Amino acid sequence: MQDSSLATSPPSILNWPELGVCRVPFQVFTDQALYDLEQERLFRGDVWHWVGLETETPHPGDFKTNSIGETPVLLIRDLQGDMQVFVNRCAHRGARLCIENGGNVKGFTCVYHNWSYDLHGKLIGVAFRNGVNQQGGLPPDFDFAAHHLQRLRVDVVAGLVFATFSQTVAPLRDWLGTRMTQHIERIFSRPIRVLGRYTQYMHNNWKLYVENVKDSYHASLLHLFFTTFKLNRLTQEGAVEVSEGGGHHISWSKMAADESENEVYERERLRANQDDFRLAEPRLLQTWPEFPDGVTHAIQTVFPNLVVQQIQNSLAVRLMVPKGVSECELQWLLFGYAEDTPEQTEMRLMQSNLVGPAGLVSMEDGVVGHLIQQTIARDADQTAVLEMGGRAVESRTSRVSESAIRGFWQAYREVMEL
Amino acid sequence: MIAIEDELQWVRRVEYLMAHYIGCIDQDDLERWPLFFTEDGLYRITSRENVAQNLPAGYWYCRGQGMMQDRIQSLRQANIYEPHVYRHQISGTRCVGQEASGWRFHTNFQVVRTMQSGEMSVFAVGCFHDLIVDDGGTLRFKEKIVICDSSRIDTLLVIPI
Repeated sequence: MQDSSLATSPPSILNWPELGVCRVPFQVFTDQALYDLEQERLFRGDVWHWVGLETETPHPGDFKTNSIGETPVLLIRDLQGDMQVFVNRCAHRGARLCIENGGNVKGFTCVYHNWSYDLHGKLIGVAFRNGVNQQGGLPPDFDFAAHHLQRLRVDVVAGLVFATFSQTVAPLRDWLGTRMTQHIERIFSRPIRVLGRYTQYMHNNWKLYVENVKDSYHASLLHLFFTTFKLNRLTQEGAVEVSEGGGHHISWSKMAADESENEVYERERLRANQDDFRLAEPRLLQTWPEFPDGVTHAIQTVFPNLVVQQIQNSLAVRLMVPKGVSECELQWLLFGYAEDTPEQTEMRLMQSNLVGPAGLVSMEDGVVGHLIQQTIARDADQTAVLEMGGRAVESRTSRVSESAIRGFWQAYREVMEL
Repeated sequence: MIAIEDELQWVRRVEYLMAHYIGCIDQDDLERWPLFFTEDGLYRITSRENVAQNLPAGYWYCRGQGMMQDRIQSLRQANIYEPHVYRHQISGTRCVGQEASGWRFHTNFQVVRTMQSGEMSVFAVGCFHDLIVDDGGTLRFKEKIVICDSSRIDTLLVIPI
């Protein structure tokens, strides 16, 4: 007879290699059944998902839409000033409720049959509820309370709004852990100003981008801008820190402080005319130190698909949204601080040339996932190798390491029960 | 009011400028691309949504020919991408204003991108918002704001529009 625990657990759709997280089966990037399981266990499971910034909806009734995995959601500030997050779908027939990406509303009315909801998602009105001339209409015992919008749990840290379908996941700060929470609070310590938004569409499984952003090993090898223009500078200190459980990480460094940024700028300017491979206009390298801890570069990931970026003075939040097994979309939100001077804003705009789909040191990330996706379709049983920096998941001072990627797979296997 | 003959003459000259501008990019003669700008010219690529919300950041932000040259140098020497070419279609060149520093023109554009695999796609559609000056008989862009209707870029944006 079969063990009863085997009988109740679903058959595994993937056998992870015995070597553990230093091997990644290509199947995780190509399998539709796994992708569907992710929508259930990862995006609707015991995981918090970033949905927006409080700054984007400052007044009661302000809303914006987003998605958690493939589920469309809307976040709105209610009359008490609290953030509410709902599935963006009418409880009647399932039509998308907010058609626009953002705006201000007094309540929600579905365009299809005018069912209406208040800012707390409560169903408050049904068109022709009593029919016309005593004909038609809803049954008298129709239960309004059973047809509210689907409401998610919401938690906020330093103005970043997270939501979850889970009733059991730990409160956001506990789930993030102290170190990850502190790092978010470090970047969002002051009121921010949104500088721009765009999205970058990629032809690869969403997790190939997540691996890329946790991969501090590839930076100087794939992105040749700094090397080509001989702009590499000594890094004094840095580390890859992986959270307990492996899901989140911070890769940070401090660029050498033995010469000020403006001296570097001046040196580059003088060299500009002497050598073809020098920047003709190094103004985009002008920076200023804005964090007292001296950290000049910090990439933080929050499991599974959020990135908080500080590359010198270029600050951004990126959200990786899956769009099917082999397609995904990276949403970028660039920001500065409300108190920035016009000169500081200009420097941030100059440095924005380094990031995004046209980023001088990042555009390659848009294509490298596709280079993998196009080769693995018929070799789902083969694996990728992740042994740089060892085989374990641990924090290291060297950034020549794939430890944070292994950490992602550890957390992924846990949540996906693989 | 601008005298209509004056304006039509400017439109003809700007259409000539535009034809050479897009030809330069489509023929991969990118080293000449910065020369279509004044030395201190501003070149930005952004989206309709950012412009509508008055947000200053976009995809490209070049101040001066030097930064434009650096972009091209980087494209040639440093950046890694699948080989591809653009073909621009432009239409509707019209004057929208005249000021002391030059003439304001809008021109619609569409860019079809062809990859080395042969795959073709509409890569970008939008409007050029230009400030054009007469630089000793040659028209040049003092400002060129490329406003894409879509906020989404497929894969990457390495060649100027």
